[in-house]
Amino acid sequence: MTTLDFTPAPGAAPFTRMVFAQARAEVRATLRNGEQLALTLVLPVLLLTGFSMMPLIDVGGSRVDFLTPGVLALAVMSTAFTGQAIATGFERRYGVLKRLGATPLSRAGLMLAKTAAVVAVEVIQAVVIVAVGLALGWRPHGSFLSAALLIVVGTAAFSGLGLLMAGTLRAEATLAAANLVYLVLLGAGGVVFPLSKFPEGMRPVLEILPISALTGGLRSVLAGGAALPLVPLAVLAAWAVLSLGLVSRTFRWE
Amino acid sequence: MDSPAVEIIDLVKRYGGTTAVDGLTLRAERGAVTAVLGPNGAGKTSTVEICEGFRVADAGTVRVLGLAPALPELRPRVGVMLQAGGVPPAMRCAEWLRLVSRFYARPLDADALLARLGLTEHVRTPYRRLSGGQQQRLSLAAAVVGRPELVFLDEPTAGLDPQARHACWDLVGELRGAGVSVVLTTHHMDEAERLADHVAIIDRGRVVAEGSPASLTGAERQLRFRARPGLALEELLNALPAGSAAKESPAGHYIIEGLVGPELLGTVTAWCASEGVTADDLRIERRTLEDVFLELTGRELR
Repeated sequence: MTTLDFTPAPGAAPFTRMVFAQARAEVRATLRNGEQLALTLVLPVLLLTGFSMMPLIDVGGSRVDFLTPGVLALAVMSTAFTGQAIATGFERRYGVLKRLGATPLSRAGLMLAKTAAVVAVEVIQAVVIVAVGLALGWRPHGSFLSAALLIVVGTAAFSGLGLLMAGTLRAEATLAAANLVYLVLLGAGGVVFPLSKFPEGMRPVLEILPISALTGGLRSVLAGGAALPLVPLAVLAAWAVLSLGLVSRTFRWE
Repeated sequence: MDSPAVEIIDLVKRYGGTTAVDGLTLRAERGAVTAVLGPNGAGKTSTVEICEGFRVADAGTVRVLGLAPALPELRPRVGVMLQAGGVPPAMRCAEWLRLVSRFYARPLDADALLARLGLTEHVRTPYRRLSGGQQQRLSLAAAVVGRPELVFLDEPTAGLDPQARHACWDLVGELRGAGVSVVLTTHHMDEAERLADHVAIIDRGRVVAEGSPASLTGAERQLRFRARPGLALEELLNALPAGSAAKESPAGHYIIEGLVGPELLGTVTAWCASEGVTADDLRIERRTLEDVFLELTGRELR
């Protein structure tokens, strides 16, 4: 039998090593979770290929050019909002957040690790969606940096909303609500169905939804070649500030 | 010079209208095993979770290694085993321990620790598929993997089979040998007697007795024997030194308490002879912590 030396030798690992270890564990957990993978990868790809190839919607131009930015926005929402809300809600319920709180990994470190894991999964999603889009004849325009900035601010907004749910509701309620919100925003956020198809009176409301801002912003950059759409960026930033501010006040770790 | 591992003075914790901890005072020395013994609902977990920084005291003072419990610099120095859960259900056994080990500067080897606790066969098993005892052992491993100075173990052997229980006891002994301070809660008196240098018996949120297991149980001993039921004990009591007690419980089983020594033994056997009774299975026993608890609170420990 191996001899173990239990003589106390306490000490925290370097901050970056702790965050990296936690982020890696979270990415692995996401990729291993079948339901989450269906939501983050399979559904966006199905929507992209299905609606690109079949003339079910009239977008007044190339369908794949219209759809790819919307599906990228959907992918961001599925990971930063739905996936993160459900996973964190259950971590709270199973006492995982509590247990991690007893390790040297600080709460700030844990949140940083969660963010890094979300970004890593988004990169995988973007690579797959862009590849499928290109194969379907997508011709992106505009600035990569503008698109990336929209995605970063959008990620912050959706993470804030997801954590707001996860930190206050019961895990089961978070599961149900996060999926419901995902479906509603998928239908009403301009992902697949253009906002111009909705009644005139509803549009101002729909346009301030975070998903519409991200979809519209990405679309005006990648399809319209706009430099940096300031209105959608401001809408996303407002959601991010509001939701993350509420999270810092309401989040319950236990 | 060194502050104690844990120092608690007049601790109070309330949940709504219920007072879970009611003026509890306790000191756990460094390098020793301290057992907090009491029935369910006595306030053990509340006390430990305040020391771990999870809960905030309503009143009183708590110092862990001389510091306020919530301070971040305590996290690497203190190992924690929760009463249940704390691990993502889909996480594999070895993955969890390796993850936790990466938060520390000089951790123990995760695989060697799993082997030590008999979990080698289950390294790839998701947490939710482990048996209750295996889950407990994984939590115990995670509490010590960072080589802490002090560990809190909340009911470490609850739900363990006897073999796993002894493995856990051996580990606690080894920790103590290596100079680690251990604070554990339990409602098993044999666990407290066997492991602890210092036992605090708590009931209704207060310490009702404390000391070494021997000092709590050893001062008074019992003489027990079996004989035919219904013997008249008054005469025996008159012959025994003042302060002795004699009772029949259950029928046919006699317990004599007091200064149990050769003299008392002689008095009892002489009395038996005069009554024409043969005392069977006559023996002298120490009281157990269970007896102590029953005496102090009038209730059973479990």
